[in-house]
Amino acid sequence: MVELLIYAAATLIGIAFLLALFRFFKGPSAADRVVAFDVLTIIAITVIIFIALAEGRGIYLDVALVYGLLSFLGVIVVARYLERGL
Amino acid sequence: MTDTPLGILGGILLVAGAAFLLLGSLGLVRMPDLYNRIQAGTKATTLGTLLTLAGAACLQPAWGLKLLLIGMFILLTNPISSQVLARAAHRMGIVKSQQTVVDHLAEDTGEKS
Repeated sequence: MVELLIYAAATLIGIAFLLALFRFFKGPSAADRVVAFDVLTIIAITVIIFIALAEGRGIYLDVALVYGLLSFLGVIVVARYLERGL
Repeated sequence: MTDTPLGILGGILLVAGAAFLLLGSLGLVRMPDLYNRIQAGTKATTLGTLLTLAGAACLQPAWGLKLLLIGMFILLTNPISSQVLARAAHRMGIVKSQQTVVDHLAEDTGEKS
């Protein structure tokens, strides 16, 4: 029962990842791509948590935390660049 | 991963969080302009991630503190990144949808929208 629910959630997240990837490649402007990238990083954090659940290893949660920090900084820097240049 | 009541609650929370992530991505594809896409892509995914974290905490109660830390972090950083993105898009001059009726930032800076 629980494993079935976890598989269903993982499938939904896979579809969500593909939809965000579609917006990332379609654009049309650079800001649209950055928004899609922001959503993709949030989905990636969730995927890392699913991997930690599947493997049963809590050390992967540290990876999720550090990834969230770095991707947040990346989005901020790219937005600043789009706003007024480096 | 046993079928305890707490485990089943965790599984249901995981599915709910994944559904909110899917709705956020669907909004990202279907919304008409950039500002609406930011709206869909930030709020729905924040809620989806928080629900997923809660579900994982129900399945593995020993990870609760670390999952709470990740949740606090997401709750702090997601609004900041979306606000910075929206301001950058506004200053870049991204065109708004035809159905937009009010633009407070343009009114405050005194430009014609």
